[in-house]
Amino acid sequence: MSTAGATIGWWGVPLAVLAGAIRVSTPYLLVSLGECITEKSGRINLGLEGVLIMGAMAGYATAFATGSPWAGVLAAGLVGAVFGLLHGLLCSLKRVNDIAIGISIMLLGTGLAFFLGKPFVQPQAPMLSSISFGFWSDSTQIQSALQINPLFILGAVLAFALHFAFRHTRLGLQVRIVGDSEDAARALGYPVLPTRIVATVVGGFLAGVGGAFLSLYYPGSWNEGLSSGQGIIAVALVIFARWEPLRCLWASLLFGGASALGPALQAMGVSSGYYLFNAAPYALTLGILIASWTPNRALSGAPGELSLVRQ
Amino acid sequence: MKPIELLQPASGALDLEILGLSKHFGDVAALDDVSLHIPAGSFHALLGENGAGKSTLVKCLVGYYTADKGTVLVDQREVEIPTPREASKLGIGMVYQHFTLVPSMTVAENLVIARGALPALLNWREERARLAAFMETLPFKLPLDKPAGGLAAGEKQKVEIIKQLYLQRRLLILDEPTSVLTLDEADEALGLIKQLARNQQLSVLIITHKFREVSAYADAVTVLRRGRYAGHGKVAELTVDQMAEMMVGSAVARDAAPRANRPAIPEGAARLRIQQLTALGDHGLPVLKNIDLSVYPGEILGIAGVSGNGQKALIEVLIGQREKSGGKVQVHGKDYSGRRAELALCKVNSLPEEPLRNACVGNLSVADNLALRNYDQPPLARSGWINWRALRAQAKTYVENFRIKTDGIDAKIQTLSGGNVQRAVLARELSHPVDLLIVANPVFGLDFNAVAETHSRLLAARAQGTAILLVSEDLDELLELSDRIVVMSEGEIVFEVDAAHADIRELGRHMAGSHALAEATA
Repeated sequence: MSTAGATIGWWGVPLAVLAGAIRVSTPYLLVSLGECITEKSGRINLGLEGVLIMGAMAGYATAFATGSPWAGVLAAGLVGAVFGLLHGLLCSLKRVNDIAIGISIMLLGTGLAFFLGKPFVQPQAPMLSSISFGFWSDSTQIQSALQINPLFILGAVLAFALHFAFRHTRLGLQVRIVGDSEDAARALGYPVLPTRIVATVVGGFLAGVGGAFLSLYYPGSWNEGLSSGQGIIAVALVIFARWEPLRCLWASLLFGGASALGPALQAMGVSSGYYLFNAAPYALTLGILIASWTPNRALSGAPGELSLVRQ
Repeated sequence: MKPIELLQPASGALDLEILGLSKHFGDVAALDDVSLHIPAGSFHALLGENGAGKSTLVKCLVGYYTADKGTVLVDQREVEIPTPREASKLGIGMVYQHFTLVPSMTVAENLVIARGALPALLNWREERARLAAFMETLPFKLPLDKPAGGLAAGEKQKVEIIKQLYLQRRLLILDEPTSVLTLDEADEALGLIKQLARNQQLSVLIITHKFREVSAYADAVTVLRRGRYAGHGKVAELTVDQMAEMMVGSAVARDAAPRANRPAIPEGAARLRIQQLTALGDHGLPVLKNIDLSVYPGEILGIAGVSGNGQKALIEVLIGQREKSGGKVQVHGKDYSGRRAELALCKVNSLPEEPLRNACVGNLSVADNLALRNYDQPPLARSGWINWRALRAQAKTYVENFRIKTDGIDAKIQTLSGGNVQRAVLARELSHPVDLLIVANPVFGLDFNAVAETHSRLLAARAQGTAILLVSEDLDELLELSDRIVVMSEGEIVFEVDAAHADIRELGRHMAGSHALAEATA
């Protein structure tokens, strides 16, 4: 048992889980919010895994070149937006399937990032600094747990903002109308394809920023094994969250917290079943999905124009 | 022209006049020189069978179609309605048979977005207050915060109507608005609209098949038949009988094969026996109520009825497209539920309406479609393998025998004309011995030659001892082909008559429903 753990004892576990939840959930949060916007407009972008890795690479490279991690974040977002634009434009062609395009984008993004990112595997780029909310406490453990990264705060604020925007702004309603009923959107005079393209670009931007978090904060380096499918999981989280931005926030936190459980317990000396605890987020997600399943409306809340749910 | 009226702002019910409206699709005249007048604040019904041109007429009024000829006058001024937006500017709104709500949005959101130009930031408190004030004026409550997709069909239809009222329409067009409503819901919705019309807030044009609604709510009625004007009158001065006659026409039966020359129906047991059959419709309401029917070998049983009275569901149950909820269906004295194996065993074939949709796979070739009944049986199939040579040979024979015009047997069947799709289906269904044939509106949308050919094929099958159940909305066709006619109304068999002695007026009266009968005997 570590000496720091002795000061607050087993309280270290929930604290570590909280800190881990915030840290691990950030990329999920950003990617799932982006995907939420895209899917609300009636498109699905499975390519966000590729966008995430591309964003991680571009962010790291830009931060290394300019010396500013925030320039890296912006660059990652812009690269993501370009990929989103590509996806949005390709899917606007007739008889093009957005799932197939998404998978191509994923492979393209991953391959391109590995190819262009080779020179940046070794050098150290400047990292994003965290904001300390633990100054009131003497405990180093509390202090370190409350080191919160700025991108999480950005994501959390964005989740609330989106929640508001989807109900209270013309743009938000427009995205929802276009995503739910193309006929209704046309009848009301809303442009369907441009709305979807913009929604996909915004989604790509956020996924790119999520990638920058991986390379510039946690784990905070650039290598080829950086993402391991987090972009795909984030897309699934949107479905899990029933296309609600706030639920994306809670789902990401839940997923992040479950992921942090194994390492936290290990830090307390509980090492048996380590791999089992690492599987906790997936088991938890499955459990909740089964528990919240309803026989008559399996995907309630799904945008009607989504190719996933359209009959 | 009254210049004084023009100075007043246009609000409240409008006066609509249509003069000589015509619309052609290719060679088919969907609408031919139709005129009607709806004075401000009146409730006008448009009656007619399917394909009579009612939908075409109203689609011209809301800007979905542009008429080829004719004039539309709103408040005595000539107007052009090239787009739905123009119609909306004139204050003309329409409630469709299908729903146009955004399913995942709440009722309140749906009402608000319908208003058109929204501010960048919505003030929901203000919108709510406005909605609440508006709802105060309505006789029924709506769940404003429920997603529209979660509403029952009746509630959705109410929201559609209320949406139009919220937009302060001056003319409301309703296309069979009550087809998904229960009787009480229909009365509630139509009662509200009637009241608004009486207050000069709205003029109303309603398409309906239901005489009950015409008698109860409409001031005047215009009847269309095969795209043409067929009659007009004040509802108060017309009996349901007269309206029914305008709608179905006074039939002069053109017997394809004079009845005397037809082979007599042999004595024997019923081929198809239906007992106490019940079924639910798409919206969970009962559409078939205790149907009892029998069809004998060598007999054509005609089922008459205004569309939407359960005929479609009956056909669907018989050809295996819909589950029955109760009762018994027997073919050859054995229980039957429409599975493929049973269809093959009992030799049950069918000519459903819209054959391209209900009897063909549009993307498959003519040859494949011609083999849909028997591709899995010898000689076309041996131990699970298809003999393509035999399949193509069969297709060639059919194409020749039934004179199907096609770009070869490998052309996709959806590229064929309607008449040739019908010939292909006839070929497939009638080339082998058939014990029971289920037929629905077989000549709908076909040209004269295809009609004559279809009818003679049906009579030929009858002569060979096939039992035929024929559903048709065309009384002429039923009188021409059937041996016996039953009338379906509101999901029940309400009348049965020997076709040789059938009186078209009597049939029309029974088709119009119990309401009309009560009126006739009163």
